Amino acid sequence: MIRTILAVDDSATIRQMVAFTLKGAGYEVLEASDGQDGLEKAKGRQVSLVLTDQNMPRMDGLTMIRSLRGMPEYRSVPILVLTTESGQDMKARGKAAGATGWLVKPFDPRRLVDVVKKIIG
Amino acid sequence: MSNPTDDSMDMSQFHGVFFDEAAEHLDRMEGLLLEIDITSADTEQLNAIFRAAHSIKGGAATFGFTDVTELTHEMETVFDKVRKGEMALIADLVDVFLASGDTLKALLAHRRGDGEAVPLEEVEALCLRLRAFLASEEEREGGASGTGRGGKARQMIELAFGPLDEGFASKSVDGVIADLADFGKLEEMVEPQDGGPATQRRFRMLTEVSLSDMNDTLGFMVSPDKVKVSLVEEQAQGGEPSATSAGAASEATSVGDEGFGLFVDAATLPANQPVSQPVGVVSGSVTPIKPAAKATQAPAAPSGEAASIRVSVDKVDQLINLVGELVITQAMLAQTASEADPVLYEALFNGLAQLQRNTRDLQESAMSIRMMPMSFVFSRFPRVVRDVAAKLGKDVELQTIGEGTELDKGLIERIIDPLTHLVRNSLDHGLESPEERVAKGKVRKGTITLRASHQGGSIVIEVSDDGRGLHRSKILGKARERGMEVSDDMTDQDVWKLIFEAGFSTADQITDVSGRGVGMDVVRRNIQEMGGRVEIETTADIGTRISIKLPLTLAILDGMSVRVGEEVFIIPLAYISESLQPSPDAMRSLHGNQHVVAVRGDYLPVLSLAQAFNVKADVEQYEKGILVIIESEGAKTALFVDSLVGQNQVVIKSLETNYRKVSGISGATIMGDGRVAMIVDVAYLVGLANSRLDKAA
Repeated sequence: MIRTILAVDDSATIRQMVAFTLKGAGYEVLEASDGQDGLEKAKGRQVSLVLTDQNMPRMDGLTMIRSLRGMPEYRSVPILVLTTESGQDMKARGKAAGATGWLVKPFDPRRLVDVVKKIIG
Repeated sequence: MSNPTDDSMDMSQFHGVFFDEAAEHLDRMEGLLLEIDITSADTEQLNAIFRAAHSIKGGAATFGFTDVTELTHEMETVFDKVRKGEMALIADLVDVFLASGDTLKALLAHRRGDGEAVPLEEVEALCLRLRAFLASEEEREGGASGTGRGGKARQMIELAFGPLDEGFASKSVDGVIADLADFGKLEEMVEPQDGGPATQRRFRMLTEVSLSDMNDTLGFMVSPDKVKVSLVEEQAQGGEPSATSAGAASEATSVGDEGFGLFVDAATLPANQPVSQPVGVVSGSVTPIKPAAKATQAPAAPSGEAASIRVSVDKVDQLINLVGELVITQAMLAQTASEADPVLYEALFNGLAQLQRNTRDLQESAMSIRMMPMSFVFSRFPRVVRDVAAKLGKDVELQTIGEGTELDKGLIERIIDPLTHLVRNSLDHGLESPEERVAKGKVRKGTITLRASHQGGSIVIEVSDDGRGLHRSKILGKARERGMEVSDDMTDQDVWKLIFEAGFSTADQITDVSGRGVGMDVVRRNIQEMGGRVEIETTADIGTRISIKLPLTLAILDGMSVRVGEEVFIIPLAYISESLQPSPDAMRSLHGNQHVVAVRGDYLPVLSLAQAFNVKADVEQYEKGILVIIESEGAKTALFVDSLVGQNQVVIKSLETNYRKVSGISGATIMGDGRVAMIVDVAYLVGLANSRLDKAA
């Protein structure tokens, strides 16, 4: 049973790292380069977890989260906001948008796997 | 800063992507900064600049490139204020950002393994300048409203790093401390020492940052067992602790030391639920996908950049090389088959014709991979023009036309320096000062135009300005001063060409901008080495246009094969003006076995290719052989060969890499019959013939 994780980040470096790390841990990874792309990739797929950056061109992460939460199949999929801003503001905004939690970027690949395991097993 | 990587995970494999991506971000940022109108900046542009700094910071922090992280962090902080309209975008800020961009490029180049190390002071100085913008802004803000940052609660936090050992040296602590500098001022607590090396370093900091945020931040710099964070005392300054921050912190089920937290009860997570149980979820939404379903879906999942892929140049070159071999093999087959009976072997001939078409298409496609748009070159000029014009006090507009015109990557990289020199020259010597322009009745603002276009199998790149133009008598005067041989009845073209002569750029011309020893002669030599040529058109007080004509690629060449005895040589078609069989009375002999030939009233030096390369010719008499008239830099020479073999496209093989550099030969190719033919260096041969002629005369 392979779970799919949607990784949304405008940085190809981060995307590749996330994808490489999570694929290595046995997950399927969908990559998207911004919120818009993320929504398109999310549509019609069964995703177990969404990891998203905040600040991205075209559509930011929080807008994407709000849209995802409007889609019945994403109403309760865990969504983690990746961010370099560890301020409380961001957390409050992430929570208001419907995120499940937050993860500070940059992260250690090993810890990313731990966190993902903690959330979706 | 200690690199937060797992031992089993080699992070360096991601460096390449990061370097490429960062370079793209920096280029985009520079472009945006140059085009931005500071009086009415577009929000999207500001956001894009912010994101560039933000993205680079993210990657750099991941790989532990602290210098890059530090600088981009300052840039990000400042630009975040700008994009939110909390801070005005001023010209000084644009300058500091451009300078920071340059430093980042240098830092990244060094990390990548090319370029020199950037002194830390340079990075520090930029950080300080960036921080100064924030400080002045805060001062203004604080004075106006009396609230702001001062209103938040501050507390004294103690950070204890240790135990210090080989895996976690005292040096690493310095890195972490430097990264924390923007949270507040850190003071190191001096430990009572018992003579031995310190096992722990302690710092105190008065900061608004909460304990859990400090833990978050440290969590990705230092492993949790190497640092202890504790609260020393709380100092409420200017009122109540911030309600929002306290509220959010209590709502978040923070797991600070992991840099990760949840807004929900952990028990509701799928990991802690029996399968397919989440409340309020449409059935099946988080249940695992069946392998069969996955198999059909997987191919439809492209990565983020489906439109392009990154491939190393080596791989492309290998491909082009192989296609080159294929072209040669195809030519061999065609040649061998040409002796067979076309009626008997009709199917074979059809197949070979098809193979030829396919090979040519394949070659074209392979070559096109190496092609890059001229925008790659042109995009750096707004910056060059801006900086140089500012230094010279000139008002200049840069126009670029034909950025989409494509050119071989190898040539693109080599054209940058000559082009930069020409543009600087135009700015310095070509364009007048604003006052002078106004006095002449011209518009105050000068224009420099860069234009690229395709002409046949060549690309033409022009640098033109609407400045004062070249001055015939001044150039002649200067040339005489330098002891060059000139006469007053030289054609204009010949006079203009003098500026490309070595030693023409002279001491009294040296300014801060151009003429620093590297003269126009280097420009011309560089362009000639690329198989190109330079032409000048100029009109007094209207302007100057310098055109560079280059072959599209250095990998294939349209050539004329000529035979001398047993040998076949290739003459690049672009340099041939005509071929003829001379009549005996057209030939004149000079002293020293030198000959000239009269071609429509011009006497051209004759150079026997057999003599030049010391091979044996079959034909001894000029009127029985062929003279190929070649032209380089306006000088013509008649090359004497036995016969013309034919015109064909040849794949260029470097003689230098496969053998060694040989004067008079620019490369080699493999012919259809499998033999190697030399490609002659036209500029060298023309020079040789003319110098012999000079000696003979």
